[in-house]
Amino acid sequence: MRAIEPWVEQPLSTFVTEAQVRVALLMTSSGQVVAQHGFTRSLDVMTAAALGAGIVASTRALAAETAAGGFGAVVHQGGKLGVYLAPFEMPGAQWIGLAVFGPDTSLGMVQLFFGRLIEDLAKTAPRSAPAREVLPETFEDDLNSSLRALFGR
Amino acid sequence: MTREQVVLEDVTRVAGVKSALLVSADDGLVVAESSIEGQEVDAAAAFSSRLAQRLAVLTRTLKTPPMSVLLLQATLGQLFVVSGADGLLLVAVTSNDVNIGEVRLALLDAAGRLH
Repeated sequence: MRAIEPWVEQPLSTFVTEAQVRVALLMTSSGQVVAQHGFTRSLDVMTAAALGAGIVASTRALAAETAAGGFGAVVHQGGKLGVYLAPFEMPGAQWIGLAVFGPDTSLGMVQLFFGRLIEDLAKTAPRSAPAREVLPETFEDDLNSSLRALFGR
Repeated sequence: MTREQVVLEDVTRVAGVKSALLVSADDGLVVAESSIEGQEVDAAAAFSSRLAQRLAVLTRTLKTPPMSVLLLQATLGQLFVVSGADGLLLVAVTSNDVNIGEVRLALLDAAGRLH
């Protein structure tokens, strides 16, 4: 497991262990990676973060278009693997969680422990830290620096 | 009120039953529920499904018949799980002073009515 923010590691590690997910990724709503578990290549993280943020943005736009008021988690379940993608509020920012799970767990377990992860993150988030504004023009630099930190390259 | 909820309400009429749930066996998600107000049912549903799946692996490994009723006794309550139709589980969360036989019968009867 690698994390940009050290305080994220313990809650994410607990989530991975309890929910028995294979891959977990926490990112901001603009696709900046905060922490990851299970990825072995930086390209995979970059792709997953970009796609995850894109899907959440698309569903948000769809919710606005249909006056649905907002959607929660997005779940894709395949024969062997499932993907759970959910936005959630953190102090001063919206984050997105992505988890890939196999038949050794269930959607109910992932959903249950994802709820606990959000609670744990809200409890452990530093209260005095200023909210970091995400600027679209620095997105790529930020993403690259995040990936260097996450993979030590 | 749906047919499923009517059946679940009959289970919650048994003294000591806090929640009766219809749970997707594969996903651990709540399909229908009847609960005392304020009862947290998502966790019970998720754990029941995983327990039933693990037990199914165990019974297959041991070449024994599949489970009919699963009973988990804990410090603060009990969890009953019965296999239902169409990949569903019937789950009851009860207090410890419940009549186990009565809950068991109510769940098996409910499972039969939902077939």
